Amino acid sequence: PYCTTCVLIHCLFCLHLTYLFLFLYAREVHILWFSKLSASTGSFTDEQFPCSKFILAIGHNSVAFLSSFVLNSGCWEAAGSVKLWNEWCRTSNTTSVLPTDAFCLFYKLISDPTVLLCQCNCYVAEDQQFQWLEKVFGCMREEDLQVTILSTCPVTDYKTPESTLTLPSPFLKALKTKDFKETTCCPLLEQPNIVQGLPAAVLSYCQVWQIPAVLYQCYTDVISLDTVTIEAFKPVLSSKNLKSLVKVKLNFKDKWKVLSLLILECLRV
Amino acid sequence: MFVPCGSSAPPDFEGFTLLLPAVSVGNVGQLAVDLVIFTLDMPKVGYFYTDCLVPMVGNNPYATAEENSTELSINAEVYSLPSKKLVVLQIRSPFVNNKYRSFCQTLLSWVKSSRCAKVILLSSSHAYQCDDQQLHGTPLRYLFSPAIQKTAGELMQRLNWKEMEKVAAYPGVNDTEMVLRIPGGGITTLLFSESCSNRIQMAVLLKFCSEGDNIPDALALVNYLNEWLQLVKSEQNSAAPATPSQWKIPHSWRLLFGSGLPPALF
Repeated sequence: PYCTTCVLIHCLFCLHLTYLFLFLYAREVHILWFSKLSASTGSFTDEQFPCSKFILAIGHNSVAFLSSFVLNSGCWEAAGSVKLWNEWCRTSNTTSVLPTDAFCLFYKLISDPTVLLCQCNCYVAEDQQFQWLEKVFGCMREEDLQVTILSTCPVTDYKTPESTLTLPSPFLKALKTKDFKETTCCPLLEQPNIVQGLPAAVLSYCQVWQIPAVLYQCYTDVISLDTVTIEAFKPVLSSKNLKSLVKVKLNFKDKWKVLSLLILECLRV
Repeated sequence: MFVPCGSSAPPDFEGFTLLLPAVSVGNVGQLAVDLVIFTLDMPKVGYFYTDCLVPMVGNNPYATAEENSTELSINAEVYSLPSKKLVVLQIRSPFVNNKYRSFCQTLLSWVKSSRCAKVILLSSSHAYQCDDQQLHGTPLRYLFSPAIQKTAGELMQRLNWKEMEKVAAYPGVNDTEMVLRIPGGGITTLLFSESCSNRIQMAVLLKFCSEGDNIPDALALVNYLNEWLQLVKSEQNSAAPATPSQWKIPHSWRLLFGSGLPPALF
């Protein structure tokens, strides 16, 4: 015969363990590669795919910039998605997303499948960033890999001897790894400024494992989706990595009309 | 794990002293380590790549000229000076939640595999939590693991250093059971107890301080360390302790309290 208190304590302990297990499982980052799915079994193949260019946009404005200037001008196909859950966001593995949804999607250039583009407008928590890196880069077989990261952050994070109120925002600053030998499209970020979050995690990974990488950080005073902030990324189009992907010689006026309509549409949603 | 810079062979740290900060109140340990690296002009030899620290990047915090100002720095980097048998691990970001224990284990296994002779942890503790006996005299304290006590214990007596006091585990109820408490010390207590049980030669040097301008605290702690290791000699008299002016302050310490103020305020 068991005493009621013992049974109660045991149950509580089991409940606690189950909760802990579920919590740890929930914070796992899952990557789904569509093209690697075996048609017959629906299971993953363990192969790594070759990658020569990896372009990563983090945040609404960088994602919108890539959508309008890069994804629009070439033939891309959806290649995969990241599924994660944390306090701030929950992503799904669908590819039919609205710009206002939280998502992390991969696209491949049809004419050159070694070019991979990632649009990530969801929050990746501190304890998930390392997992995200290991899983994404773990799938790549690096073939002269070059990484370009685009990200935005508030201008108030920028440290300068003058007041940030006097700065002409938005403006672009770059950080590059030791192995990135090209010139950057904008001035480098000065000390004592630092970058945190997923952009920092990717750049650290590239620095440690000697992958040429550059981060273009846009300092802006508008947090939400904003055409002026998107436009601030335009100098990046002249970089070696993106130049070849922007096929159409852009007629910016027409492009902006389309983009403005697109943004108005998604704001209405 | 330790990853060497570039494609060079991993450096040999056998018999070296490993100096590292605890991410603690006022970041005193980290500031003190910055002073050591910059003053001794220590070259970077590798990275401590781990999932336990929040990612962070910036340009070279120890830049002296335009040429070396564009080298990328990450959250945990290793610097070495073979002439002084010194290796320094600088930590520049806080720990990810629930990763303290994992970091301690990774760090101690690296200490063992690299065969470092001893580890010195620079830390700090909340000044407002000092008890009556800790309020007396100097705000600097040390702690030695049993393994290092044999080799450096005598020196501490000669230097007249004060050991960190233990406090009652249950004050007012049971005053016989004494424990070590370092409030605001981050991983200090955990790393110290793990080192004691793993028979690693570890010394903790700490200062009681409060949040604010912690540059004077960092200078005091690094001078305290210098009394023992004699990293920097006084210019006038080699036996005298180093003065604050002998430590070089890196340029990245500018704007410690944020950007300038808008002129319209005045």
